[in-house]
Amino acid sequence: MGEILLPLLILSPLAASLILFVTAGRMSAYAVGTVACVSMGLSAAISIALSILLLSGPATGIVQTILWPWMHIAGFSADIAFMLDRISMVMILVVTIVGLLIHIYAASYMRDDPGIARFFGSMTLFVASMLVLVLASDLLCLFIGWEGVGLCSYLLIGFWYDNPVNTAAARKAFYMTRMGDAALLCGLLLLATAADSLHIGTVLAAAANGQITPTALNMAALFILIGALAKSAQIPFQTWLPDAMAGPTPTSALIHAATMVTAGVYLIARLHDLFALAVPVMALTAVLGALTILMGACTALVQSDLKRILAWSTISQLGYMFLALGCGVWQAALFHLMTHAFFKALLFLTAGAVIVRTHHEQDIFRLGGLHHTMPGLTAAFVIGASALAGLPLVTAGFYSKEMILSGVWPAHFRLIHELMLSGHFLWGMALLGAFLTALYIFRCVFIVFFGKVGTTATGRTSRLMTIPLACLCVLSLCGGIIEMPTTFPPLHLFSALLDPEASHSHADEPGWLVLAGAVVPLAGLGVAWVLWGRPSPVMCEIPGQAAVIRFARTGEGIDVLYDRLFVQPFRFLTWLTRHDILDYVITGTGRLTRTASTSVLRARSDFLGTLTLWGTNGIRGADRLLGQIQNGRVRWYAAWIAGGLCAALAMAVLS
Amino acid sequence: MPVFSFNDTLLLATILFSVGLAGVLIRRNMLFMLMSLDIMLNAAALVFVGAGARWHDAAGQVMFLLILALAAVETAVGLAIILCLHARGRPTLDADTGNLLQG
Amino acid sequence: MHALALLAASVTVIGAIMVITRKVAVHAVLYLVVTLLALAALLVMLGASFAAMLEIIIYAGAIMVLFVFVIMMLNLGQPDSAREKEWLRPRAWLGPGILAAIVCAELLYCISPLSGSMPSLASITAHDVGLSLFGRYVLMVELASFLLLAGLVSAFHIGRNRMENR
Repeated sequence: MGEILLPLLILSPLAASLILFVTAGRMSAYAVGTVACVSMGLSAAISIALSILLLSGPATGIVQTILWPWMHIAGFSADIAFMLDRISMVMILVVTIVGLLIHIYAASYMRDDPGIARFFGSMTLFVASMLVLVLASDLLCLFIGWEGVGLCSYLLIGFWYDNPVNTAAARKAFYMTRMGDAALLCGLLLLATAADSLHIGTVLAAAANGQITPTALNMAALFILIGALAKSAQIPFQTWLPDAMAGPTPTSALIHAATMVTAGVYLIARLHDLFALAVPVMALTAVLGALTILMGACTALVQSDLKRILAWSTISQLGYMFLALGCGVWQAALFHLMTHAFFKALLFLTAGAVIVRTHHEQDIFRLGGLHHTMPGLTAAFVIGASALAGLPLVTAGFYSKEMILSGVWPAHFRLIHELMLSGHFLWGMALLGAFLTALYIFRCVFIVFFGKVGTTATGRTSRLMTIPLACLCVLSLCGGIIEMPTTFPPLHLFSALLDPEASHSHADEPGWLVLAGAVVPLAGLGVAWVLWGRPSPVMCEIPGQAAVIRFARTGEGIDVLYDRLFVQPFRFLTWLTRHDILDYVITGTGRLTRTASTSVLRARSDFLGTLTLWGTNGIRGADRLLGQIQNGRVRWYAAWIAGGLCAALAMAVLS
Repeated sequence: MPVFSFNDTLLLATILFSVGLAGVLIRRNMLFMLMSLDIMLNAAALVFVGAGARWHDAAGQVMFLLILALAAVETAVGLAIILCLHARGRPTLDADTGNLLQG
Repeated sequence: MHALALLAASVTVIGAIMVITRKVAVHAVLYLVVTLLALAALLVMLGASFAAMLEIIIYAGAIMVLFVFVIMMLNLGQPDSAREKEWLRPRAWLGPGILAAIVCAELLYCISPLSGSMPSLASITAHDVGLSLFGRYVLMVELASFLLLAGLVSAFHIGRNRMENR
């Protein structure tokens, strides 16, 4: 049963994508939306059925199917094979259900766009690739999905390709993630040579029984981490995600908030047994995650574009997941991934609805007072913002963030003998991040939905768009109560689901940790109210044009830095090769000698003069000869090759 | 059936290769240079097939197939370049005029 | 039987020489086709009938048609033929010709120790080739597919008319 359903789950969106691409816009917008939504509904139903099937089986049971063997070479084999276990079950549920809601929303959102068939073709193709990524039981097969989602991301960021800015953003995203992909491939090759297979189970077993040397293991983990960092837009690859907001809003919600950017988190969670053995890489993951939390939150605090705020907040929230992964609490990372998918999709979709109704105005300072005209959207956005900030007890974000914080607190890394990295410090950073999160998102809420009235809104949000928003609201509020903090009633459905055998032993943590996690977002909300929310707010505009704020606001500071560090040297190299520096040197030497000889000749020192003249002529001859060698004529080059062949053969013959 | 020994194959391939090489070196017309390159590739392929027959190994013909793919790609790209140059107003197809890079 | 092989070999060599000395490109292409057909006959005699078929179908068929198309599109005329004649004066070909002759002589000298031939055994069928191709050399096939794809993309990119897209 499961063996048949598993390929069908992927086939459904893939078929829809094929239909939409092949008909190439000959279908009506309504038909296009229907095809996409039906296929997504089908795959959501299948994934629910599969989950029931999996959960009714034994705790460690998996559903797997081998479609066909991909390659069998001496010492290596790979299959196109899919496997559903509890980790991937969470992911397919998130991908298909959130994907379905976003598709329904997009069917209305993109109704009037001439390229709607292309849009939905790419979206369904994305879902298919994402499912391949999630379900693959072989890392090489996973890599197909990994590249597929990257491609779809490129296609959708550059969806409105008329504007060069959008295509530039698409290229940037593609290049940045490509660097990570290359690193990931290196990591996979290392693992393949060490373990003779890329089947995930085999690799993990090989890592566990010491078949892979510690160096190779650390290197492989590092390379895979780089791949994951690039995909998830973490430091130092964070620059592509804000630009990726050039795509349509449903794309931003599905790809750049809920699913694709979490692929890196999923990959590391999948390989958590491997990473657990690579302690330095784990520490690096945690530190980079913590840094990204703060950096993303600080940047989001000074943005003025609604979608960019959300993009930076995505980066920051992904930082939480990486922090959790680094501290070894991958269950918490997956839990946060799930709740984040709910509330970030909600935020993006609401923002999209707001932007449509205010005639594509994205600057939060020109919006304002929207709660008069769109109370429903205001409620939805506030719910999403509360979940993002993690307001205690009522929102999903609180529980997942609490799980991460309580997991980070006891973590510690023994890097070298004396050097210890304590989890307490990282916990402090995460807590500060939580404060900043509440601050920036409620700044956005107060400025956009309350405050003085800005742009006038027209129209109504269609029914088709409100239904997904309502569903996501419910999920953002109630999606978290399946996993309670330890001091609360012992309800641990999620971690029990993922890791049935694990005991919940960290009950000895102090109760004030939970309290701190609960109070800090409220404090952030309070500060935001004081600064931007009161009838006479402290700050109406961003204060001044201080260099730091300008640097942070555009997020371009990093871009400039990368430009200086990587692009300019490369340009210099191309300049060098283009201007043929060797030629200059040779010509320069020749000229210099000639001038010298002329001056000596003028001094009428006969003997010396003649000597120098000979020298000059010699050098000029050599110069001319060298010039002859590189005259740019293909035939001459061929002749030189033939001459070299001649000489080499002669040497071989004569020796 | 000892129709054609390996040594004869090598002899023929050598001559063919040299003729092709001479063609590449002598002709200035890029079209002819491409054809000469094809002759050289054929000579190499002939050696592979001959060696495969000599040691009775299918690998020789596998290499022949790969050379075939290589030749197809080389010809396609080369002809595309010729067409491109021709369209840009360099009607003589003279390989010696292409020595100046223009960005 | 041996006379047939000798005939095919001489046709191959003479055809190749004709290819590189023609003034008109179409003539050269026709001679190249003759060369390739003779080469295919030789391949049959070497016991590689599958390779011979491919040589005829793909090389003499597809690739040569490509040449013919391009020559038609280039629309070379009388002045070109005269120019080729100008370019084919002894002064132009003497140096390279000598170079090629030296290479040829050296190669011939090098292969002479390999004499003492063994009769080739039974012919290698398409079956053997296929087994080998998709068994041990399957990665090579993948690489070749990459190469073909790269060639396709670059030929498309280079060959399209730039003026239209500006």
